[in-house]
Amino acid sequence: MSRVRPSPTLISVLLGIALVALAPCVVTNSYALVPLTFIAIYTILVIGLNMLMGYAGQVSLGHAAFFAIGAYTSAILSTQYGCSPWAAMPAGMALAGIVALLVGMPCLRLRGHYLAMATLGFGMIVYILLMEWPDSPPLLLATLGRLLHLPASTPWPFTGGASGLPDIPALAIGSFVFHTNLQKFYLTWAFAILALLLCANIVNSRVGRALRAVHGSEAAAATLGVNIAAYKIHVFVLSAILAALAGSLYAHAVGFISPPTFNFIRSVDFVVMVVIGGMASIWGAVLGAGTIVLLGNWLQDVGAKFPRLAEFDLIIHSAILILVMIFMPAGIVCTARDAVLRRLRGRATAPAAAAPAHSEEVATP
Amino acid sequence: MTALLDIRHLTRAFDGLLAVSDVSFSIAGGQITALIGPNGAGKSTLLNLVSGTLPPTGGVITYQGQVISGCPPHRIAEYGIARTFQHVELFMNMTAAENVMVGRHLRSRGTLFSAMFRLFGTAAEERRVREDALRFLERVGLREDADTPASALPFGRQRLLEIARALATEPKLLLLDEAASGLSTREKRELVSLIYAIRDAGVTIFMVDHDMDLVMSISDAVVVLDHGEKIAEGTPTAVQHDARVIAAYLGEEAAHA
Repeated sequence: MSRVRPSPTLISVLLGIALVALAPCVVTNSYALVPLTFIAIYTILVIGLNMLMGYAGQVSLGHAAFFAIGAYTSAILSTQYGCSPWAAMPAGMALAGIVALLVGMPCLRLRGHYLAMATLGFGMIVYILLMEWPDSPPLLLATLGRLLHLPASTPWPFTGGASGLPDIPALAIGSFVFHTNLQKFYLTWAFAILALLLCANIVNSRVGRALRAVHGSEAAAATLGVNIAAYKIHVFVLSAILAALAGSLYAHAVGFISPPTFNFIRSVDFVVMVVIGGMASIWGAVLGAGTIVLLGNWLQDVGAKFPRLAEFDLIIHSAILILVMIFMPAGIVCTARDAVLRRLRGRATAPAAAAPAHSEEVATP
Repeated sequence: MTALLDIRHLTRAFDGLLAVSDVSFSIAGGQITALIGPNGAGKSTLLNLVSGTLPPTGGVITYQGQVISGCPPHRIAEYGIARTFQHVELFMNMTAAENVMVGRHLRSRGTLFSAMFRLFGTAAEERRVREDALRFLERVGLREDADTPASALPFGRQRLLEIARALATEPKLLLLDEAASGLSTREKRELVSLIYAIRDAGVTIFMVDHDMDLVMSISDAVVVLDHGEKIAEGTPTAVQHDARVIAAYLGEEAAHA
């Protein structure tokens, strides 16, 4: 057993980098890079949700809300407060982390699927807040501001309600602005690969082992000193931070955000992405995000011919969820890997298996 | 002889049914203490109460002078109490070595953050944890099964793996829940010498078992439960001649006949 053998994680990361670097050579149409950019953004979100579902065994039906917190914090800070997007991004991630801690703490101390219910409600609340956020401070807050001697010029953050927030600046390094589709493609995939690498590191560590142990047997893990509730909260907070990072990248890449993108129903799409990719398989996140984004695009194309079809996307996504759960409960990645392994093993053993069958035929007159 | 674990008026009710009722006894450090009793006497429940897997509904458990009853299981593990399970509770999704590596959880420090960024010392700690795990596998004779998935091990080895995993926490008190059940005669003999070796290494053993011959031959003290109540306590010989113990076991046999 050699210690210098490159780890599977390193190989996967290098492979990922190579694929991303070469993709624009194949996809020459710059419009076709847009869905690929969305895949990178959703991959970041799905990795976190995948760890929550696959390793902590909890479902969140409110990740669209953390996605929204990242996007709106980034957008508001960079358009209304003159912050650099690079400062707005971690601010959104921090806010999402704190909110996740507050939402998750009471639920994750209990056994069972309380988190799914709490996050569903939380997702609805955030969506309604985005829609109904007042354009000027409510009287009570304005009075409080005056009492605290806040300068009257302190801007009041607004979400733009149903019409959303336009003119969000693109990310830039010095004077280099990421504004073409190709530049955004590389930028978002750099983040996605980094997120994949960091999460793969977690999976192959003391904490990842503890999480897998919880998955294997909660009772045994606890008696070995694993603080199950604490780890569930850690993973939930991490997943919220990743969702906020994705949201922030979305805001700066698209330049415009509005509530429908963050509708609580979108949270179900994210869960579908996790299930398709396979729970507890962070590389499956790419496939899960890819399938749903490309399917959505295809539905839009078809929808141009059949205008009513686009309204059925939720039904179609739900149908996929049900079919995957029935036929590929381990997700696409694991099912495909097992099928390939079985095929390889089958080829290796086939001649051996055929031989006795043949001799049997001979033996029986 | 000092008491390592002291159990006072321990009670556990399930919907009004008393699984463990007002049980008091103590376990001496460095000894092998066995808990026996007919089926349904509350033995496993009592073990679950000590390891924190179940919270008691009444009574107090003191370990080295500190009250541990009511603590969650991961806190009790920190005190130095480890256990195995009646129905093997291995992490079937992991290899034998990885199972034992989880046992090193409290003896390593890596956090979510340090793991993510592979901070200084992460790789070295991982290597150390694996080496430690292999050492514990060696102790129970499973060194060559290190990279075998736990689910692929034969039953007898799974039991040993659970013991290795528990030992990896470096406990002062080891709770064995029916460690011999389902083992062949030869495996049982190996288990006995392993238990002696563990005891000789300074670990106190508290075991629940059905196998009367095994219990009587290796334990220093025996506690007998029946219908959740303690009916006898003493040396194996004293307990074997106790009228209430004989009645409890005969009663069970009569009921089975």
